[in-house]
Amino acid sequence: MMLSAAKALCARDLRLLWRRRGDALQPALFALLVVVLFALALGGEPQALAKVAPAVLWLAMLLAGLLALDTLFRGDAEDGSLEQWMLAPVPLSWLVLVRTAMHWLTTALPLLAATPLLAELLHLPRAQLPVLMVSLALGTPLLSLLGAVVAALTVGMRRSGILVALLALPLYVPVLVFGAGSVAAAAQGLDPWGALLLLGAGLAVALVLAPLAAAAAIRIALG
Amino acid sequence: MPPTDTSHPPLLAARGLRFARNEQPVFGPLDFAVDAGEALLVQGANGAGKTTLLRVLAGLLRADEGHIDVDGQPASPALRARAIAYLGHLPALKADLTALENLHFLCGLHGRRRGQLPGNALGIVGLSGYEDTLARQLSAGQKKRLSLARLWLAPAPLWLLDEPYANLDLEGINLVNRMVQAHLRDGGAALLTTHGAYAAPPVRTRMLQLERPA
Repeated sequence: MMLSAAKALCARDLRLLWRRRGDALQPALFALLVVVLFALALGGEPQALAKVAPAVLWLAMLLAGLLALDTLFRGDAEDGSLEQWMLAPVPLSWLVLVRTAMHWLTTALPLLAATPLLAELLHLPRAQLPVLMVSLALGTPLLSLLGAVVAALTVGMRRSGILVALLALPLYVPVLVFGAGSVAAAAQGLDPWGALLLLGAGLAVALVLAPLAAAAAIRIALG
Repeated sequence: MPPTDTSHPPLLAARGLRFARNEQPVFGPLDFAVDAGEALLVQGANGAGKTTLLRVLAGLLRADEGHIDVDGQPASPALRARAIAYLGHLPALKADLTALENLHFLCGLHGRRRGQLPGNALGIVGLSGYEDTLARQLSAGQKKRLSLARLWLAPAPLWLLDEPYANLDLEGINLVNRMVQAHLRDGGAALLTTHGAYAAPPVRTRMLQLERPA
C-alpha cells in the first residue's frame, strides 16, 4: 500500500515536471546565473575566485532551493490534493517524504550533476571538488527536508514568499556553515570529515523528524 | 422507514457532535446515524455548517465535543481511511494531467474497488472519449464528473459528498442519483449535502436539517 502510493506519487510528479519543464528549469537556471555572474564579476582573478568558490556554489544551491520551496506543497494545497492525501490510507508523513524526495531529485540533483562544471568555471582547485560534492550531496537533501517543514507551515497562507525565506534562513544557516566550512577546512589542509559527519547526522535526524513535523504542520494549516 | 437491521452497527454514528470556530458555534450538538444501504441528506442554508460537518466527519477538522463512530468503533485515522471517501469542493485534480492519469494517481493513493478500472469509470460518468484530455481543458461539470469517477473507484463504503450536484446538468444530477443508488445497493452509505434545490436520490433517506445557530 505504502509502496504503491509512493510509486503513484513519483509517476505523477515526473509527468507534471515534464508537462511544465519550463518552470522546472527555473531554479537551476537561477543557480547557473548566480555562479556565472560571480565568475564574470571577479573575472581576472583566479586566486580570488578559487577562494570564494565553495561559498558561492553553496549559496547558489541554497538560494535555488529556496526559490523552488514555494512550489513544494502550494499547488497541491490549492487544488485540494492535500485533502485527499490526508484521507489516504497511508501516513501523510510518508507522502510528504516522497514528495520532498522527488522535489530534491528534480531541483537539486541536476544542479549537483552540473557542479563539477560550475566549479571549473570558478577555478575551484580540483583537490577540493570531492569534498564539495560530498558536502552538497549531504547538505542539499537536508535543506530540502528543512524547507519542507517551512513550506508546510506556510501552506495555508495565500502569499508567503518573504515569510518562507525568513523562516527558512535560520534553519539553513547551520547547514551552510558546515557545508561551506568543510570545503574551506579542506582548502587549508584540515580534516573536513568533522563537518561532513555533522551534516550526515543532521540529514539522518531530518529524514525521520522533518516529514512528521511537516505533516503535522499541513494538518494544522488546512484544518 | 423500515426497521433497521440491528445486528450490524451503523456505518457512521455521531453523538453530541459540536463544532465551534473562534468561540462561534458552527453546528451542534448533533446526533445521527447512517446505516449501510442508507443515505443521509444534510440540508441547510448557505453558511449553516454543512461543509464543516462533512470535514469534521472526514477527519479534516477536529470536533470540539462529541463522538464519531465508524462501523461501530471510535473513528481513528486508519479506520477513516479505509471506510470514507470524501468529495469536497476542491476537485483534487492536477490540471496538467489527463483525465485517465488523474484517476490512476488517485487509485494508487486510495486503492481501487475490486473489478473496477479507471477506463470503465470514465465511461460510467459519461467521459468516455476524454481519457487523454488534460484536466485543465475540462469544463467545471466535466471535472465534477471526473471526481465522481474517482469516488466510484474508491474502495470505501461510506461516501461523504459535499454538494455533489453543483455544476452538473440534469443528466449529471441523474448520474449522481444512479451512482448513489448503486453504491447503496452494494451495502454502502452516503452523506450528501445540498441547499435543497435538487431532487434527492430515490433511496432510503434520512434527513438532517442544519440551522444557523442564533
